[in-house]
Amino acid sequence: MPKLNINGGMIDVEVEDDTPLLWVIRDHVGLTGTKYGCGVAQCGACTVHIDGVATRSCALPVNAVGEDQKIVTIEGLGAKGLHPVQQAWAELDVAQCGYCQVGMIMAVSSLLAQNPRPTDDEIKAEITNICRCGTYTRVLAGVKLAAERMGASRG
Amino acid sequence: MSTMDRRIGNSARIEASRRAFVVGGLAGAFSLGFSLPAPEAALAQTASAPPEIGAWVVVQPDETVIIRVARAEMGQGTLTGLAQLVAEELECDWGNVRYEMVKPAENRARGRIWRDMSTGGSFGIRSSHAYVRAGGAAARLMLIQAAAESWKVNAGECRVERGVIHHPPTGRKATYGSVAAAAAKLSPPQNIALKDPNRWTIAGQPVKRLDTADKLDGSLVYGVDFKLPGMLIALPRACPVHGGKLVSFDAAAISGMRGVKHVLRVDDETVVVVADTFWRAKTALDALPIVWDEGPNANASSETIATTLREGLSAETRFIGNKVGDAQPALASGSDVYEADYSYPYQNHAQMEVLSATVRWSPERCDVWAPTQVAEAAHDTAASAAGVPTANCEIHTMRIGGSFGRRLSTDYIRMAVLIARQIPGVPVKMIWTREEDMAQGRFHPVTRARMRAKLGTDGTVEALHMRISGQSIAAYARPSAITENGDPFVFQGLTPVAPEGSFAYAIPNLLIDHAMRNPHIRPGFWRGVNTNHNAFYSECFIDELAHRAKQDPLDFRRRMMGGSPKHLAVLDAVADRVGWGNPAPDGIFRGIAQYMGFGSYTAAVAEVSVADGRLKMHRIVAATDPGHALNPQQIEAQVAGSFVYGLSAMLHGECTVKDGRIEQQNFDTYNVLRMDEMPAVEVIVMPSGGFWGGVGEPTIAVAAPAVLNAIFAATGKRIRDLPLKNTDLRVS
Repeated sequence: MPKLNINGGMIDVEVEDDTPLLWVIRDHVGLTGTKYGCGVAQCGACTVHIDGVATRSCALPVNAVGEDQKIVTIEGLGAKGLHPVQQAWAELDVAQCGYCQVGMIMAVSSLLAQNPRPTDDEIKAEITNICRCGTYTRVLAGVKLAAERMGASRG
Repeated sequence: MSTMDRRIGNSARIEASRRAFVVGGLAGAFSLGFSLPAPEAALAQTASAPPEIGAWVVVQPDETVIIRVARAEMGQGTLTGLAQLVAEELECDWGNVRYEMVKPAENRARGRIWRDMSTGGSFGIRSSHAYVRAGGAAARLMLIQAAAESWKVNAGECRVERGVIHHPPTGRKATYGSVAAAAAKLSPPQNIALKDPNRWTIAGQPVKRLDTADKLDGSLVYGVDFKLPGMLIALPRACPVHGGKLVSFDAAAISGMRGVKHVLRVDDETVVVVADTFWRAKTALDALPIVWDEGPNANASSETIATTLREGLSAETRFIGNKVGDAQPALASGSDVYEADYSYPYQNHAQMEVLSATVRWSPERCDVWAPTQVAEAAHDTAASAAGVPTANCEIHTMRIGGSFGRRLSTDYIRMAVLIARQIPGVPVKMIWTREEDMAQGRFHPVTRARMRAKLGTDGTVEALHMRISGQSIAAYARPSAITENGDPFVFQGLTPVAPEGSFAYAIPNLLIDHAMRNPHIRPGFWRGVNTNHNAFYSECFIDELAHRAKQDPLDFRRRMMGGSPKHLAVLDAVADRVGWGNPAPDGIFRGIAQYMGFGSYTAAVAEVSVADGRLKMHRIVAATDPGHALNPQQIEAQVAGSFVYGLSAMLHGECTVKDGRIEQQNFDTYNVLRMDEMPAVEVIVMPSGGFWGGVGEPTIAVAAPAVLNAIFAATGKRIRDLPLKNTDLRVS
């Protein structure tokens, strides 16, 4: 039986090998913060971290994920208090309907972990998640605010 | 307000129906009803239900103020705006405010005390502001009265500050929470005066949304996330050719697949696979052999539809939206008549949350957990499909992951109930795949326009005929709205002076008419609705005429707008902000547009550059006059979001038809605007007072024409067919 390391815990999942990680997380593990938007890795609503890297889980078969790989979902990101990206999002009232924002937050938090001071062009190139409400202006501002805060806390 | 008074005064009906009103998650509070004796059952209820002061406000002993919201929240911020209006009149501490969504069966059981629950046409706030404010004011007066009675003082001597009642002559004070119990026993006031908006301290302020926290940590349960014990997952597939039929399906071919529980006919065009998980249902559905009768539209295509619409460009019609003087003789013939044809394609809403509904059905009762923009219509649809009385059916309304008009239709509610009805007692969550959502949309209608005009010797427009040919949304979605003059929605923003939207230009000979041509693709109300193409046609053609008259596009417009001061004010505001009279930076070109829709005045200037055929949108300056600005920072968010929606349509949005069906199946073929294409948007919110306009939709209209007019300035190329992706800007 495959095992997955999700949000720091090992979970047995008894599913078909081709089941996308998204549906394992949502239907078998029961965590619904990670969203279905397209199923073809286009929109990014399903973004999770795998070993810290933002990954679109809707088109990733579960058998491609090893037991030693650490999966973090939105439920795990802020488990010890809101992540600076979540704080920035709250401060700037970024979300409208909110459906894509969990994926946005996962993509942005991964970006900032790898590139603490991204330029506008780097942010636009890296964050390709779809938001139909059109929150992009505030997403951009939110990335920069979170980067600033994280930079300050690193001293 | 007087109607509100009557409703509050009708305490017998309220008391009788209050028994049915159950609020989750508020145990431990106690309920306060009105002054009539309550039956024992209701008394039992009062031990655990919250204290209600009027229909809109609940005040708990810990000072928490719960404001009831009857309209749908799908990202547009109506929930927060309505709460601001109630809180303003209530004069409570905004920091203590929470919200609660109303349900339609409750609303009906209480004589529609929360009135209309539909949310569309940018009407959420502007059609309910007066009565929700009255609801807040009534509660405030009752709370003050309760305090005054306990102090044996005159209520008129009391004042309220952030949820604390003061009696200055005696120095007494009491919190709302401490007097809520007594307040709810009082008779409601009969005469309620609302505050002058100039005195607002909560409404009109850029307060943060009330509904953000659970969107940031994944805890918000959207319709697709909802779960019940023992629930099954249902994935439907309807005939991809609209109007076609389901002939048969081979259930035996997939019945042994893991997790599959049922394979069912839903109606005469839909089959569904019901399984224990989404992926197992999808795997089985994709393997299910299905035979369709695609019907008479099996050979329809974008080209056959275009041919039908082109015929309408010159056909006779009696559907007239605006007529001044006599345009047709002036435009009858002659080389000085300037003519151009435009077209606008089908588009899918492509809201991020696909359609879903969870239903638990029994012969006696039907419960539906679903997002909807029309809770009461969904309630009717569900009860009818369930075969139960509406009183035994409830729509448990949910916050929505984007909608843009898609959930003004209740097709998916009906479908989910018809599925669950075949599996009594078992909760079933129906989810549409993105592919199903793309195939079975309620599409932005397809239209074309023929614009014909003649310039006078003084360079003004002497005559203009705008012929729209194409699809009526109402003919499909709201046939009762069709009159002998056709579909009234078709002329949004083009009619003579009207509160919803009026044509700004004084033209001595003007004719705007519509030849209705309805292809088989099912249309729907799509954010901005008919203003999207109407503004594209009229504002780009006016720009063409300005260039033909060798006039500045702003000056050319201004000369015709003397009778439209509010249209002119927003136009001037964007021109001033951008410095229209001064040269743009090197390589940057500007375009301008104005339009009125959904009761608000909007204008925009776009600054773009085009290099090697590549468009870059640098900056948009947009202005809106919605009459009253309830939450300026949320208006700014809606305007910026409107540009994303409108520019996404302009750049990429197109659903084409082949073999009778929509060709695009997902975001890989139906591209939408992402952050890398997003221009900077500067928003000027300029409420002039005296009216209430919408916010969620109006500014979409000016997005495309402003940018397209700027592209013309940059390239000399006039874009008359959308989306832009089909045009090579390198070719002149």
